[in-house]
Amino acid sequence: MPGAAAATDAVQAAAPNARGLRADALRERMALLGLSAPAFLLVFIAMVAPMIWLFGLSFLADNGSFSLEHYRRLIAQPSYGRIFLTTFNVSLLTTAICIALGYPLAYVLSQLPQRVANLCLIAVLLPFWTSLLVRTYAWLALLQRKGLINNWGIELGLWDEPLALVHNLTGTLIGMVHIMLPFLVLPVLGAMRAIDRDYLKAAANLGAGPVRAFWQIFFPLSMPGLLAGALIVFILCLGFYVTPAVLGGGKVIMVSNQIANDIELFFNWGAASALGVVLLVLTSLFLFIASRFMRFEAMMGGAHSK
Amino acid sequence: MKSRAAVPITIRGLAKHYGDVRALDDVSLDVRSGEFLTLLGPSGSGKTTLLMVLAGFIRPDQGSLKFGDTEVIRLAPHKRDIGMVFQNYALFPHMDVAANIAFPLKLRGVNASDTERRVASALEMVKLGGYGARRVDELSGGQRQRVALARAIVFEPSIVLMDEPLSALDKQLREQMQIELRQLHVKLGTTTIYVTHDQREALTMSDRIAVIAGGRVQQLDTPRAIYEQPANRFVAEFIGESSFLKVTREGSDVRCAGQLLRVSVAPPASGPSLLMVRPERLRILGPALPGDGPRNSENVLEARVTEVIYQGDTFLVQAVLADGGRIGARGIASAGAMARVPRVGEPVRLALRVEETVLVADEGG
Repeated sequence: MPGAAAATDAVQAAAPNARGLRADALRERMALLGLSAPAFLLVFIAMVAPMIWLFGLSFLADNGSFSLEHYRRLIAQPSYGRIFLTTFNVSLLTTAICIALGYPLAYVLSQLPQRVANLCLIAVLLPFWTSLLVRTYAWLALLQRKGLINNWGIELGLWDEPLALVHNLTGTLIGMVHIMLPFLVLPVLGAMRAIDRDYLKAAANLGAGPVRAFWQIFFPLSMPGLLAGALIVFILCLGFYVTPAVLGGGKVIMVSNQIANDIELFFNWGAASALGVVLLVLTSLFLFIASRFMRFEAMMGGAHSK
Repeated sequence: MKSRAAVPITIRGLAKHYGDVRALDDVSLDVRSGEFLTLLGPSGSGKTTLLMVLAGFIRPDQGSLKFGDTEVIRLAPHKRDIGMVFQNYALFPHMDVAANIAFPLKLRGVNASDTERRVASALEMVKLGGYGARRVDELSGGQRQRVALARAIVFEPSIVLMDEPLSALDKQLREQMQIELRQLHVKLGTTTIYVTHDQREALTMSDRIAVIAGGRVQQLDTPRAIYEQPANRFVAEFIGESSFLKVTREGSDVRCAGQLLRVSVAPPASGPSLLMVRPERLRILGPALPGDGPRNSENVLEARVTEVIYQGDTFLVQAVLADGGRIGARGIASAGAMARVPRVGEPVRLALRVEETVLVADEGG
C-alpha cells in the first residue's frame, strides 16, 4: 500500500530517529535489569526461599499433614505468652538503657572537635572487632559470683555478700546493652553531625538560652537518628540468642532461646518454625506501626534534610 | 508593626586574632540610629567576623560594643535582642512557617492571640500572607528569605543584622528583594547592618557603606562619596570599574602622559597618588567633528584606541595613552553613538570633567 508507506515516511520525517531511540532506551533498561539479576537470585535463595520453607514447616504436624496445632499450642500454653512478654520486655529495657547511655554519649561526641571525636568513636566501635561470644563470656568472667567485680567490691568493702549480677535479668541487660550501644550511637551521631550549627545560632539570636535551644531545636532535629537507632536496637534485641543464653542462666528465656530449646531438646521443627513466624509477624507489625509515625527514608538516612 | 526606638551602635577598638591572622584589626565604627549601614568587602576581609561579633557568636580579643548607651560586648547572644537574617536563612526545618516566626515571640512569653496576630502581620509585611501553615522545605529560595526576614523582625528588635541574605537568589529576584528590603527598612526604621560582597547591592541599598579589607575599615561614607571620592586605591578598585593613571604634581595641577590636567581637590603634598577614571564618566569626543570639542570645564586625554567592545546597553572603548597607561571609556550604545565610535588604531580624545578628576592614594587593601 503506497498510502500507508507514505504515512510511515511522514511519521519518520516528523519524529526523526524516535523509534531507534526508544529501542535504545528499552535495551538499556533490560541490560540494567540483567545486571541486577544475580543479586535478586541471591536474595531469593538466601532470604525468601527459607522464609517460605519456615512458613510451610510451621503448618505441618509431626506426621506430615497440614495442621494448626503449633499455633494452637502457642495460644493455649501461657508459658509461650510469657516468653513473648519477656522478649519484648528485655528488648524495650535494653533499648531504653541504650538511649539513656547512648544519646548523651553521641551528644558529647558531636560537640568534640572532629579528630578527637573520631578517636572516641573508635573506642565505641572497638567491641565490634571482637566476637560476640567472646564479649559475652568476658562479661560472665567479670560479673559472676567470684568474678572480678564482686571480688573487688567485697575487698573494697562496698558490699559484703556477692551481688547477683549474672544468670538473671541484670546480667542479660548489661551484656545486651554493651553489644547494642554502637547501633544506637552511630545513627544518632550521624543525625547530630548533620544539624547545621546555624540553627543553634539562630535560636540563640532569637532569644533561646542554651537549654531551650537544645530542647526546642537540637533535640527535635536529632530525633530521626534517635528513632532509627532505637528501632535498630529494638529489632536486633527481639532476635537475640547468645547473650540471654549465657548471661541469663536459663532465667531469661527469649523467643530465640525457646526456638533453640524446641529444636535441641524436643527436635520439634514445627513448633520452632511457628515461633519464628510469630516473631517475624510481630516484628513486621511493629515496624509497620513505627513507619506510620515517622518518615522512613529520613530515618534510614539518619540525617535531616535541610 | 513599628519597631521600638532605633538605637545607635558604637564600636570601639574591636580586635580579633586567629593565630597570626588579624580578622579584625582595631575596628571603630559609629552606626547612626535607624541607619542602613552596609559592611562591604571581599571574602576574608573581616566583614562577617564583625557581624558575628555584633551578634555575639564570636568573642573578640578586646574592644567595646555599645547598643545605645549599654555596653554589650560580654552579653550572651540570646540576651542581645537583635534580629538576624542568616546567609542560609537557618529556618528550623521541623517547624512550619508560622512556628518559625512565632519562635522568638514564644520565648518572650507573648500570649497565643497576640502571637497569632503578630505572625500574620509579619507575613503580610514580607508579602507572604497565608503561608503560615507551609513547611519550610516547600518554599522557594525567595520565600525562605522572606520568612527569615519576618522571623528577624517579628519581635520588633531595635537592631537588625543581615549576613549576605540575598546571595543565594538569582539576579532578578535579588534586585527585586534589594528594593523590598530597602522599603521595609524605611517602614520599620530599625538600625540595620547589612553584610555583602556585592558592591552594586551595597550602592543600591545603603545609607552609608563601610568598606572593609584586611580587618580594617577602609572608608565609611555615603554610596556616592564612596564611588566618586574613594579614600584609596583599594576602595576605588573594589567598587565599580576604574582606570588608574600615573600622574606627577605640577603646582595645584597634575600632569598625566604629557597633558596638564586640572583637579578638583589639590593633590596631597606627599605620597604617590594616581588619577582614578571611571569609564562612564569619560566623554568620547569625535576626532574632527566641529561643535564636539572639549568644554571649558573638562580635561582632555589623548589616546589611541586598542579595542572596542559592544556590551548591549553600553560599549567600552579601550585605549592607550602616550605613556603606555591604559584607559577605558564607556558610552551608551545608541545607534547614533555607535556610528561615531572610533575604530581600533584611531586616535581618540576623552573628556573628563574637572570635578570628576579624582586622585587617590596609591595604597590601601
